[in-house]
Amino acid sequence: MGRSIPLLTPRNKQRIGFAVLATCTVVTVLPIIALGIYILVQGVPGISWEFISSMPRDGMHAGGILPAILGTFYLTLGTALFSIPPGIAAAIYLAEYAGDTRATRLIRIAMINLAGIPSVVYGLFGLGLFVLFLQFGTSILAASLTLSIMTLPVIISTAEEALRSVPVSFRVVSISLGASKWQTVWRIVLPQALPGIITGCILGLERAAGETAPILFTGAAFFLPRLPQSPFDPTMALPYHLFVISTQVPGMPVKIQYGTVLVLLVFVLSMNLIATMIRSRARARRQW
Amino acid sequence: MAAKIVVRNLNVNYQDGTESLRKISLEIEENAVTVLFGPAGGGKSTFLRTLNRLNDLGDLETQSGQVIFNGVNILESGIDVIELRRKIGMVFSRPVPLPLSIYQNISYPLEVAGIRNKARLDEAVEKALRQAVLWDEVYDRLNDPAHALSGGQQQRLCIARVLALQPEVILLDEPTSALDPISTAKIEELLCEISREITVIIAPHNTQQAARIGDYAAFFLQGELIEYGVGKEIFTRPKDKRTQDYIEGRFG
Repeated sequence: MGRSIPLLTPRNKQRIGFAVLATCTVVTVLPIIALGIYILVQGVPGISWEFISSMPRDGMHAGGILPAILGTFYLTLGTALFSIPPGIAAAIYLAEYAGDTRATRLIRIAMINLAGIPSVVYGLFGLGLFVLFLQFGTSILAASLTLSIMTLPVIISTAEEALRSVPVSFRVVSISLGASKWQTVWRIVLPQALPGIITGCILGLERAAGETAPILFTGAAFFLPRLPQSPFDPTMALPYHLFVISTQVPGMPVKIQYGTVLVLLVFVLSMNLIATMIRSRARARRQW
Repeated sequence: MAAKIVVRNLNVNYQDGTESLRKISLEIEENAVTVLFGPAGGGKSTFLRTLNRLNDLGDLETQSGQVIFNGVNILESGIDVIELRRKIGMVFSRPVPLPLSIYQNISYPLEVAGIRNKARLDEAVEKALRQAVLWDEVYDRLNDPAHALSGGQQQRLCIARVLALQPEVILLDEPTSALDPISTAKIEELLCEISREITVIIAPHNTQQAARIGDYAAFFLQGELIEYGVGKEIFTRPKDKRTQDYIEGRFG
């Protein structure tokens, strides 16, 4: 045998492997960074105090986007109201009381599938149930409820996960000290799971805030001359407004379009940031 | 001497068939240390967990026989298990401080029992910590997280937490298995001390410990009670060949 220099030594294989992985990472991350830079460059010139604090003028070609910002805020608030309390309650029930029966397994499978349903289907469902059948009309209420239904599976499954990650030993110790199951959940398990639950709620809401399809038929308005006065009024909202000014109104200034994108992104990303902060703070303080 | 707990013909089985008890009958003496010893999987933990109904939490298959405590068969479904667990406390092998402060760890069982009076809680916390010989080490940092204590301190905290309820019986499942010899000695001393007022039932983590602290001793082997009697006699002149072989280290 000749003395050839082996190319595929374990060391070289490792080098090649790492190089491939690193390339993949760069290829994945690059478009996101490019997107961010592009939106910043295009959007920042559109941002001003007037832009975020005044009503649109000249057929939305000038002025601000206050009604859309407020609308998204109202919708997010409404969604939080309707999805967080029942979502947490359901998660507590599933994680602590329900056990592993055929019924609970069915519920979990249903939730996983619900999370995969296209959001436009939720929109149609909301139209049928809240707008027409319950006669809420196209309103903040109907849109919030529709978004809640879409958000609930996310909240329930992340909250259940957070509850389950609290060590069983805490529960056993608490019970052994004469605490009831309810006291154990309320005083020991829930406080420990809370950061995880809050994080899950925020991430669920963040998705809801950016959705267009579910509010399209249930509460979003093309243009409103005044701000909504009650939950039964329709509202403008950032994602739908973006759709409108990008496709439905000819001759929109680019800086208004990208300014709106930027505002929506800042809204959503700041929620994300809060969730991340809560999570990392809780992790640092966690005692297990 | 009076019997604190009378066990008659106790049978316990788990769903997966592991560690079960067969026909256990014995009388636990009041205000003494009773050690349950024997190889792993012999049923010591199961026996302890039966005494304060912690088995309810697991996958219990069947349970029969009687455990008479204060004149009541505690295996009956109608009894108040929460009240039972306040009278028969449990300390686990790995110290598990609740994710609360040192103070709150002790006050927790009292608070869930409905005691809200701050002065009463303060008093009970101090008393329990003194009983568990931990007060001098923690009195100036009661509001620190309990997690920050050392392993030995954590286990004494767990004992103090049980003592705060002023139980009649305290169960300990290998309480020193995760501790160094100094901490172990402290806990053994503490157990002998409290056994003047409280009935102590302990599964020690080795035979030497059983011999050191046991006023009475019960030898468990594969779910059966092989021999039961006064500790000194069992460890010096065991009647059963299997007990003798185990004590002398021929198996286990």
